[in-house]
Amino acid sequence: MEDTIVAVGTALGVGAISIIRVSGKDSIPIVNRIFKGYDLEKASSHTIHYGHIIDEDNVVDEVMVSIMKSPKSFTTEDTVEINCHGGIQTTNMILTLLIKKGCRLAQPGEYTKRAFLNGRIDLLEAESVMDIINAKTQKSLSLAMNQLSGKVSKKITNLRQSLIEILANIEVNIDYPEYEDIEEMTVTMIQNKIGNIKEKAISILKESTNGKIVRNGIKTALIGKPNVGKSSLLNSLLEENKAIVTDIEGTTRDIVEGTINLDGIPLNIIDTAGIRKTNNIVENLGVQKSLEMIESADLILFIVNNNEQLSLEEIEILNQILYNKKEYIIVINKTDLNAKLDTSIFEKSRVIHISALKDIGIKELKDKIKEIFNLENIETQDMTYLSNARSIGILENVVDGIKEIERGIQLNMPIDMIEIDIKNIWNLLGQITGETYEDELIDQLFSQFCLGK
Amino acid sequence: MKYQVIVVGGGHAGCEASLASARMGQHTLLITGNIKNIADMPCNPSIGGSAKGIVVREIDALGGEMGVNADKSLLQIKMLNNKKGPAVQALRAQGDKVIYPQNMWKTISTTANLEVKQSIVEDLIVENCKIMGIILENGEKIYAESVILTTGTYMKADILVGDTRRREGPHGEKPCNYLSDNLAKLGFKIIRLKTGTPQRIDKNTIDYEKTKIEEGDKEYHTFSFDIPPQYNIDEQIPCHLVYTNEETHKIIRENLNKASMYGGLDDITGIGPRYCPSIEDKIVRFADKERHQLFLEPESAVESDEKYGNTIYLQGFSTSMPHDIQEKMVHSLAGLEHAKILKYAYAIEYDAIYPTQLKRTLETKLIENLYTAGQINGTSGYEEAACQGLIAGINASLKLQGKEPLILKRNEAYIGVLIDDLVTKGVRDPYRLLTSRAEYRLLLRHDNADLRLREYGHIVGLIDEKRYNKFLRKKKQIVELTNDLKNQKITPTKKTIDILSKIDTPLIKDGITLYDLLKRPEITINILKQYNLYNCNYNQEIINQVEINIKYDGYIKKAIKEAEKMLKLEDKKIPDDIDYSKIKNIASEAKQKLQEVRPTSIGQALRISGVNPADISILSVYLKKEYYNESK
Repeated sequence: MEDTIVAVGTALGVGAISIIRVSGKDSIPIVNRIFKGYDLEKASSHTIHYGHIIDEDNVVDEVMVSIMKSPKSFTTEDTVEINCHGGIQTTNMILTLLIKKGCRLAQPGEYTKRAFLNGRIDLLEAESVMDIINAKTQKSLSLAMNQLSGKVSKKITNLRQSLIEILANIEVNIDYPEYEDIEEMTVTMIQNKIGNIKEKAISILKESTNGKIVRNGIKTALIGKPNVGKSSLLNSLLEENKAIVTDIEGTTRDIVEGTINLDGIPLNIIDTAGIRKTNNIVENLGVQKSLEMIESADLILFIVNNNEQLSLEEIEILNQILYNKKEYIIVINKTDLNAKLDTSIFEKSRVIHISALKDIGIKELKDKIKEIFNLENIETQDMTYLSNARSIGILENVVDGIKEIERGIQLNMPIDMIEIDIKNIWNLLGQITGETYEDELIDQLFSQFCLGK
Repeated sequence: MKYQVIVVGGGHAGCEASLASARMGQHTLLITGNIKNIADMPCNPSIGGSAKGIVVREIDALGGEMGVNADKSLLQIKMLNNKKGPAVQALRAQGDKVIYPQNMWKTISTTANLEVKQSIVEDLIVENCKIMGIILENGEKIYAESVILTTGTYMKADILVGDTRRREGPHGEKPCNYLSDNLAKLGFKIIRLKTGTPQRIDKNTIDYEKTKIEEGDKEYHTFSFDIPPQYNIDEQIPCHLVYTNEETHKIIRENLNKASMYGGLDDITGIGPRYCPSIEDKIVRFADKERHQLFLEPESAVESDEKYGNTIYLQGFSTSMPHDIQEKMVHSLAGLEHAKILKYAYAIEYDAIYPTQLKRTLETKLIENLYTAGQINGTSGYEEAACQGLIAGINASLKLQGKEPLILKRNEAYIGVLIDDLVTKGVRDPYRLLTSRAEYRLLLRHDNADLRLREYGHIVGLIDEKRYNKFLRKKKQIVELTNDLKNQKITPTKKTIDILSKIDTPLIKDGITLYDLLKRPEITINILKQYNLYNCNYNQEIINQVEINIKYDGYIKKAIKEAEKMLKLEDKKIPDDIDYSKIKNIASEAKQKLQEVRPTSIGQALRISGVNPADISILSVYLKKEYYNESK
């Protein structure tokens, strides 16, 4: 129980406030490092402080921080609770920041476990918790694995593979120095390979699709020709969640005007400006504008009229959607009117019939979105989402570790010293994929090189 | 007649075990099948090498014999990896196979408290799970308080060549036929392992013109921290390098089915070492490699010796092919067209005990005061054997003296890594030490073996006051020099600026301590001396030590931090009497592994393959719960 652990104590994505709870002997100094407004190390127990969470110089959020000193807390350890704004993005940024500064993500049930180990709760309570821990660990482990989309996981496995090849080569040079016909791993070779790995790690960080969805929500574009029913659809989608529609223009790169909460994952409707304003402007929304939206969106809701045949512009937009390989749904509106539309050119699994005016088919549309993005399996109140934050935190540590390697190379350190840092990032990546085993390196060494007496 | 300690076997493990025990005051009997074979080197003629060379230094630091004995018996010596960092440098010597055993015999035969007997041990006397003594092949019983088994490859040894199998030990010696069965009867799990050794060639039948010469270093080295070099730098005997070629590979491929391991024999169960594949293995597994390196290593400079006087060890050519094919293979090598094979390559299969049955003291868990060390524990290599012998000898004696055992940790010694690996992970194939097995190898260096271990050697009684005082002086000088460098400053005067630009290092704006200046890769104490920036009279050994500490400070600190994390987990003890079957929720595979290894700490439990972090969480809660109940 040396580690300081962190977890989000409230359900994610819903509610105006999230509580992030940090427990362990370093919890106060760690939070203090990212908190501006009061020196928390000087704070008395059971006090609350106003201030900002900062990442280097940037303000992440405006928060209230409560300090509970050992032994008067649930875990009996020093505990800090951060009350931040309830958006997924903010909560996650703070969580990632804490992990980067030295916290470890709590395992399921770990707070309870600590409370028990520290004598805070009794045996009966603890035993039932242990049953849950055991069951939950299995589940969350497999969820965490699923959560990494196959693509990302494969990329990370590949990075580990190139690292282990470097490592085995260095090891073999050390353990079998007399084998002259084995290639000697040089600093220049390491530099090239490591640089390559750094680039890839950074791009995984940027691209990690699922992680992005959880963090930023699904960027959704409503596209369709004038009068097809975009604004009615928008209103239908927003109806039950009007309370969380916010005007946060200018706070993100894209103009997001409406956010729909879809089982905890935000559906960010982009460029509603174009949809909501007067018909005159909508008339001006040409094909060109639609193309820009297609490019920047994660999901395109392409709305067509059941009562009309497809226009040439609409066919071109459809082609662009397919060409850009974006996720899309063909929303056939006005099903209360006569069907004049030829639907045979659409991919059947991508079609939803609605009547925005009469509020028909909206649930089916939402279900379709959930299905496409596999949202049923993203349990925002559980490990899955967090394990993603964890992976992101680790991957950021990997990038930092690579900078360490580059520093060592610059300082002319011998290769076996540099190798210490290479081994470190290899181990870190292993924590993401979970595919590590004892003696992995030694097995690689003997399969990659030919040695012997 | 009753002894305090009986050591069974006179190989490298047995020599260290019996010397340590006798030197620690225990009346000791060494029993060997053939006195002439004491400290024999039946395989390669070298001592040391990567990681292993550091083990020899560790043995010396603790007060063992191998380092000193190797220093007195070498043909050539070199520092490996001298272009790399200090953590991976290690000495390797070519030992003289005649002189090495002679010197060891001199030491053994003149050590007080130590007797030697020639015979074969076939059974143990055990009462109430406690060792009482041994039974010889002729039925004679000898009693002792402790017994250390160092039988090497002799338990049910089979020599394999081509399609033949013969029950005998190396050099046609008598094997030990019943001991492993008797150990199995006592409840030990026995495994079968295999290793091989290449041909010996008549050194006068090789055309050295066609080979590449490999010489010893042109500077003096010793394994020992205490004695000066015992050899002449200019009289070292070289090795030679040759390569296999397409013809060699063709012969091997065409005759593959004749090799014991490729169908020549169908009853092979022993598992061979991965790091010493036979030449046929290499050619099958690495089919695209056009040639393989082979080293010609002289075995002795004593030409009059019948066994080793004229032989060259053909390193890299280990095989289980029949004799006629071996002839063809050897003659296909450049320089060996007319070579005379004095001894054919062979493989040997033998019984060993599965090492998770041992405690970290090398005492068996099943039978009190019975210890095992060396190849019987599934390892390979003289150095690996010797260090286990030393630890078993020390711990057998400490126990009889009623003292705490000596258990080296993974951050303290390669010996600690080796023993922890054996008792925690078991073995699949004969275990060889590699630097990659040590997580904290930056701490386990060749240069600081004495700083790590001499204190222990002194405490157990193997390092006398004279050697210990010498060591304390060294330690003191290291501190003095370090402090001195921290106190001395240079300032940006014209003189110093001139010197710094001559050295080609960035200039300084403010004063800087010499300590900080030495952090720059291009600056060394000797350079500072050369330019009269610093005046010191410490010897090179002290200077090296201080420089390593300054230059690699960042990395060393990281390693120490990692080691501390591990030590915290090591401090979480698991009681001996824990009943894993009572713990709910631990996965059944993990439960079985925990039951088998019976780790002594949470740290050790984590290193067992098949035991997951979730199992460890549950285990720690269980431990706390038991503790909680008791304290109520």
